[in-house]
Amino acid sequence: MNKTKSYIAKKVEEIKPSGIRKFFDLASGMEGVISLGVGEPDFVTSWSAREAAILSLEQGYTSYTANAGLLELRMEIAHYMKKQFAVQYEPKSEIIVTVGASQAIDIALRAILDPGDEVIVLEPSFVSYIPLVEMAGGCAIAVQTLKENDFKVLPSQLEEAITAKTKAIMICSPNNPTGSTLSKEELEGIAAIAKEHDLLVISDEIYAELCYDEAYTSMGAIEGMRDRTILISGFSKGFAMTGWRLGFVCAEQSLIQAMLKIHQYSLMCAPTMAQFAGLDSLRNGRNDVEEMKKSYHRRRNYIVESLNEIGLTCHVPGGAFYAFPSIVSTGMSSDEFAEKLLVEEKVAVVPGNVFGISGEGHIRCSYATSLEQLQEAMKRIKNFIKNHA
Amino acid sequence: MILTEKEIEIAEILEKNARISDEDIAKMINESLESTSQMIQKLEQLNVVVRYTSIVDWSKVEGHEGVTAMIDVKVTPKRGVGFDEVAQRIYRFKEVKSLYLMSGAYDLSVIIEGKSMNEVARFVSEKLSTIDSVISTTTHFILKQYKHDGTIFEPNDDDKRIVVSP
Repeated sequence: MNKTKSYIAKKVEEIKPSGIRKFFDLASGMEGVISLGVGEPDFVTSWSAREAAILSLEQGYTSYTANAGLLELRMEIAHYMKKQFAVQYEPKSEIIVTVGASQAIDIALRAILDPGDEVIVLEPSFVSYIPLVEMAGGCAIAVQTLKENDFKVLPSQLEEAITAKTKAIMICSPNNPTGSTLSKEELEGIAAIAKEHDLLVISDEIYAELCYDEAYTSMGAIEGMRDRTILISGFSKGFAMTGWRLGFVCAEQSLIQAMLKIHQYSLMCAPTMAQFAGLDSLRNGRNDVEEMKKSYHRRRNYIVESLNEIGLTCHVPGGAFYAFPSIVSTGMSSDEFAEKLLVEEKVAVVPGNVFGISGEGHIRCSYATSLEQLQEAMKRIKNFIKNHA
Repeated sequence: MILTEKEIEIAEILEKNARISDEDIAKMINESLESTSQMIQKLEQLNVVVRYTSIVDWSKVEGHEGVTAMIDVKVTPKRGVGFDEVAQRIYRFKEVKSLYLMSGAYDLSVIIEGKSMNEVARFVSEKLSTIDSVISTTTHFILKQYKHDGTIFEPNDDDKRIVVSP
């Protein structure tokens, strides 16, 4: 290899490494850390689903499935989406089982973007959106949602960001990292703009099961939006199946056909045993989902109340398992706060700025950890604030 | 009796962890401390929350002696009082830890704790089977406790997640 030459594609060179990485490295080496930095459930996948995967292995289901996934699973997904979220997609032509929701986002973007096409991304946002847009050859236009609006986008902000090159708006509700959840009316507002400007909406609904205050509304269920929506979801959060890497995408047929091309050439299909586990989760996992949701709900109430008590003001996040309090009162930057908190009190949180400019001044605290751990973490944060007052 | 949603939530929370403070419960259910404490008192007074207890794994305690037996009991119910009268005669013995009326092949399921098999055997032969309405007893001794009231005794539940993730 020629050491003076870079073999890395320019497009990849230019992508910034995730700001989360730094905290991972820092926290990984430390003992006794309480982590509120984890973006996944603290529950283990139900034994029923794990057992179903084991059975599939025992029975020898170790080969590929159809590119779009086991038809049985797609049928179950269609049924589930209709029953839980009132959206209707055809299992044979409008659903692909993917390797996590992340892959679904990737193929959705690659299927729709020509070089220079713009995608509106609402910040603070999940760290993958912008890099995935860029790797798909598109141009990410970040729109900053603000604390005073509970981190919900205003229609006027969208209008301002739309150009002739805009192809799609990406939304994520309930949101990672803010936990904000869009109501039916707010979705309708976004939908009206999408229709007016003939845009697609990529709707990341991975946290749809974890909605605490109002019944969840899917973008795909908004009138006239079914064919304009690329609905992305999966098993990771609601069914506590992150490590299985199992998600799915629902969309109108021509979009799905395009995504399927990329999916079949790059991945063939999602792992077979994971698909069997997913099938079991949909058939037998309802009670587990409800139990977990109840438990997150109580912990959400606990952490929001506790943070506000400590003086880190926090809006009530309607869903997901993140609180996103402001740390502006401490006079520290997000990065500084998170780093000092980790070093001094051994509590890991994620600084808000890694999710975009408007995340600055905030930290993301995941409450997907036991109540005992949360209690201890709140004690330590309180102490930290006291020491820096 | 009809309880409010919040009262039911409190009962559920306490059932999982009886040592949790009123303050924390108040936060979890989004209520003031005062009204939370009142609701807890009400649950106690109504005997909905009957007693605060803990699950102890005595097998870990060296020198601890004790055996538990589950006994299937067939009885003749009495006119007017059904099974209740004989049930009362049985549950009044302090050796009886639990008592259930069952559907199926036998009527009452009695759970007995004693210091030794001998002690349990004596109780069954002298006290239980001599009660008038008792027709027969079948005694099963518990050999090992894996899970009790939803709690696994040797959980392998350390957090396997990476410390920070997106």
